[in-house]
Amino acid sequence: MSTLLKLTGLTKVITNQADEDNRILDGVDFTLNEGEFVTVLGGNGAGKSTLFNSITGSIETTDGSVVLKDKDLTKWKEEKRAGLISRVFQDPKMGTAPRMTVAENLLLAKLRGESKTLKSRSLKKNKAAFEEMCASIGNGLEKQIDAPAGQLSGGQRQSLSLLMATLTRPDLLLLDEHTAALDPKTSKKLMELTDQIIKEKQLTCMMITHQMEDALVYGNRLIVMKDGKITLDLDQKAKEQMTMKDLLRLFEEENLTEVL
Amino acid sequence: MIISAIASGFLWAVLGIGLYLTYRILKFPDLTTEGSFPLGAAVAVTAIVSGVPPILSIILAILAGMCAGLATGLLYTKGKVPVILAGILVMSGLHSVNLFIMKRPNLSLLNQNRLFDYFQGLPNYYNVVFVGIIVLVVLIGAILAFFYTNLGQAFIATGDNEDMARSLGIRTDNMKILGLVISNGVIALAGALVAQNNGYADVNGGAGVIVIGLASLIIGEVMFKDLKLGERLCTIVIGSVLYQLLLLFVIQLGFDTTYIRIFSSTILAICLMIPQIRRSLRLGTLIGKGEKA
Repeated sequence: MSTLLKLTGLTKVITNQADEDNRILDGVDFTLNEGEFVTVLGGNGAGKSTLFNSITGSIETTDGSVVLKDKDLTKWKEEKRAGLISRVFQDPKMGTAPRMTVAENLLLAKLRGESKTLKSRSLKKNKAAFEEMCASIGNGLEKQIDAPAGQLSGGQRQSLSLLMATLTRPDLLLLDEHTAALDPKTSKKLMELTDQIIKEKQLTCMMITHQMEDALVYGNRLIVMKDGKITLDLDQKAKEQMTMKDLLRLFEEENLTEVL
Repeated sequence: MIISAIASGFLWAVLGIGLYLTYRILKFPDLTTEGSFPLGAAVAVTAIVSGVPPILSIILAILAGMCAGLATGLLYTKGKVPVILAGILVMSGLHSVNLFIMKRPNLSLLNQNRLFDYFQGLPNYYNVVFVGIIVLVVLIGAILAFFYTNLGQAFIATGDNEDMARSLGIRTDNMKILGLVISNGVIALAGALVAQNNGYADVNGGAGVIVIGLASLIIGEVMFKDLKLGERLCTIVIGSVLYQLLLLFVIQLGFDTTYIRIFSSTILAICLMIPQIRRSLRLGTLIGKGEKA
């Protein structure tokens, strides 16, 4: 297995109004191999989202480096990193353009990372493929292909976001609690769809979740974060042996029960 | 009188279309408008007075407006100056630029060739209407063609959901600069056309124009909802003509034109409040259908 992502000493310090340094990320060293699907657990303020934001370049880190496929991304802007890394947010509103149609959103995703020119957008040419893609999800998205994304239900919007994130095969897929805003049934369906797409496209993925069960059921590696550090890193074997009970006990010991 | 109001409506509609690109697509009001509009007027009129053919003077005006938009765009994206303030700074600075171009606060086109004189065969005002229609058809066609390119879609996406656009690798800062450049080019074109219709350029000609531009935009939106982009651009023209007719009506009633601006502001304020008024009174069908919340 080859190394895909290497984080070295990744640190984010925010100075608050009282001039006190708050280390949201505290020297994170982490290596992700190609084909791994890591679930990320941790309480509020553990630094999970900040870790993702540092990888995508949405925030500037204080120290440390991000290397993806032997390319040092540390000084790359978010827009440039987006050609290699795609992301699904927790809020269904964040992943799609509400006034643009489903097909137009997908077309934007198809051009991920490419420089935009005055070439005609050729929506018609792609529409059949888009429709088929939407139909494969099985939640009626294909019937809304010409509707503005803002009119979709939360579940449809998140599955569209997921389609958009995986349309071009990204080197790394980051899922930031992407099922958390949905009702339990829709959330479960989206999680199954996610797992299916990751397996089909053999994607490397990191997924933040607050659902301990999802963290155990899905993926082949599990990490736990606390106070800006990775405090636990379980490989596939250790993860398989882990039960909900073990995980709960662990969290109680670590005083991380606020996760639940 | 009515045909003259319609002619003005067509020319001012160009301003509304320029504003649409920032106010509705990028979702911020660009105050550069009040500087780039008289800039377009100043450049076009000065050029004509110095012997430049009217058609070329229009192109010079557009280029000047684009530069103004670029200045605001750079202040906003690279200088991280809040967009309203960036617009105010450029607008204020342009006052001096306009004085520098014209060398005096007011420049007349008396006995000079104007763009409308290319169509001398047409009766008075009808030539203005004719020029207005040509300009609007070309302008709306060009903007629509742009919207349906990959670049245009990236531009729209930037205004619609900036976080998403950036997460898809769209350079949102460049899109905002592009929007401001195109928008102010169009606004300067409006300034050049209106100045040629009025027969003069005035260094203070920009005061209050953002209200007139937004009024045409909002009147069009209040009347017609849920439209495609092309239809929306056409409703701006309708809104602009209606606004000019309304103005004519008020002047006919004997309203002192010295105080016309409070009237403009009142119209815009009312139009902006219509969705709210409709919602509270539940007047679903009185004027079109209520906008969605």
